[in-house]
Amino acid sequence: MIRTKLLTRRFGPLTAVDRLDLEVSEGEIFGLVGPDGAGKTTTLRMLAGLIDPTEGEAIVAGFDVARHSEKVRDRIGYMAQRFGLYGDLTVEENMRFYADLFGTPAEEAARLMPELLRMTRMGPFRGRLARALSGGMKQKLALMCALLNRPSLLLLDEPTSGVDPLSRRDFWAILEELVSSGVTVLLTTAYLDEAERCHRVGLLYRGRLIRCAPPAELKREFVERGLAVRRVGARQPVRPERPSLEDVFIALVQEELGQQP
Amino acid sequence: MRRVREILRKEIRQTLREPRMRVLLFLPPVVQLIIFGYAVNLDVELSRIAWVDQDRTPASRELRAAFAGSPSFAIVAEPGSPDEAGRLLDAGDVLGVIAVLPGFHRRIERGETAPVQILVDGTNSNTAAVVAAYAAQVVARYGADRLGERQRALLLEVIASTGIDGPRYLAVPALEAAPRVWFNEDLRSRNYFVPGVVVNIVALVTLLLTALAVVREKEIGTIEQLMVTPLRPIELMLGKTLPFAAVGLVQMTLVTLAALIIFRVPFRGSPLVLLLSAVLFLMTTLGAGLLISTVSETQQQAAMASFFFFAPAMMLSGFAFPIRNMPVAVQYLTLLNPVRYAMEIVRGLFLKGVGVETLWREMLSLFLFGSAVLGLSALRFHKRLD
Repeated sequence: MIRTKLLTRRFGPLTAVDRLDLEVSEGEIFGLVGPDGAGKTTTLRMLAGLIDPTEGEAIVAGFDVARHSEKVRDRIGYMAQRFGLYGDLTVEENMRFYADLFGTPAEEAARLMPELLRMTRMGPFRGRLARALSGGMKQKLALMCALLNRPSLLLLDEPTSGVDPLSRRDFWAILEELVSSGVTVLLTTAYLDEAERCHRVGLLYRGRLIRCAPPAELKREFVERGLAVRRVGARQPVRPERPSLEDVFIALVQEELGQQP
Repeated sequence: MRRVREILRKEIRQTLREPRMRVLLFLPPVVQLIIFGYAVNLDVELSRIAWVDQDRTPASRELRAAFAGSPSFAIVAEPGSPDEAGRLLDAGDVLGVIAVLPGFHRRIERGETAPVQILVDGTNSNTAAVVAAYAAQVVARYGADRLGERQRALLLEVIASTGIDGPRYLAVPALEAAPRVWFNEDLRSRNYFVPGVVVNIVALVTLLLTALAVVREKEIGTIEQLMVTPLRPIELMLGKTLPFAAVGLVQMTLVTLAALIIFRVPFRGSPLVLLLSAVLFLMTTLGAGLLISTVSETQQQAAMASFFFFAPAMMLSGFAFPIRNMPVAVQYLTLLNPVRYAMEIVRGLFLKGVGVETLWREMLSLFLFGSAVLGLSALRFHKRLD
């Protein structure tokens, strides 16, 4: 579904994304994790065709994003990190607006909208102004608007940041339902507990992909290589038998920096 | 087309739902009309003057009657001394002082030059010039009357002494210049200002609203979401400008009607030409609004940039300050100001009643400016984040 080769983006002297080789296959939930400034958003924006790569290429949904960004956009749903909908329009008005912009046929939209509202349990709030929604509901609305394009690939930039744990669980349930219906999901997140739910995760650090594997495999590597991590408040680094993804992530980043734990 | 229509619908919905926008739409036209229709009045009517008579003779009383009878002046004080008159002028109680110096009557009788002093408060140079000119006129007319009388009396004396049968010789020649003002017959400043308000309002509203509407999407982050839709830049441009073009045309119609009905400003040209010219002018203002939106990141920046463009464009348009009074270099500069052409067209239509055959040069200029600005903004209006 996604294949990038040496994908690079520079902003002046800063290299935000550095020779990224990434592959995401159909039906996967792929999580791009990394600290702020690692290049997650830039990667996603390049994949959505919002900014051009400086070097390298990205094939998304069968098309080169640099050359056929319209064709790529026809096949993806993109959710920006910032809530990007109109606060002074209602839930339903926002949805209609996007359905029309995507060129979703009227009868298709008429079928899709109630279905989405039911799936996200947003039906009761369809007449509410978007700015009056809670954080979790805003994200659900943004997801619904992205889904109105009937995408085969969803690109979600930190979809659950600032969302309470219950709503986050809700959101994930929706994502899993979507994936079971054949949609591929690429999301970024700074929450590593959330990354555990992904089929595979890519660890992005300073623009470079330092690991790309299923969460369980990363943990196995941690144990097998006897990596250690210094947890918050602890004096000595530890080598837990059942490390969390956070342990793995911190250990790998420290290794990357050439530091001893 | 469906996408353009959808953007239009959203724009209209948002604009009407936002209280600030509603105010922006309807307040400026009302305020401007009131200001320029009622408040800004450069006409000199019943200027308050003080009368200082140091002669106290029949001649000085006749001159006083001439001032009192003029519609331009109202004698509100008769101070006894020039010092006292000076204090009235300082306090701003009067706009001017007319002082008749001692010996006025005697000098007239002897056929000598009899001076009358006119003191004017020059704080407002415009009014001062008009008041001084009107006062000089009144004095001159009085002088001419006296001259005529004297000549007639002298002639009668001469005729009587020669014994010629005379009424034929009494035809003393007199020259009278009879100025007739065309287009604004009563020289009402309202007739000069109110048509300009039409241009002013259309320019401000369309420029500012367009710039704000696009930048608002950047500010709240919705532009990023719009960019992943198949919406093309040209469609976004159309959707963002057409609603405000409509608003501009509606406001122009309202202001024109108000000018005709409330302020009784004449409209002698063709409404169709006005509409066509307005559309040509809108190309420039909407284009400039879009251009501003491409260089601004926040609504404050956009508003500042709009006024940065708007204020000099108005100053150099001949809206309030006549272009022919400007330094020559600045006069040439105004040729680059599209608002100037709009002003000329609007005044030509309201007051002169000329048509396309006279205004085509201005209309063509507007079209060229509009095409250039729109083209430039279309080039800059990328659908990209970088």
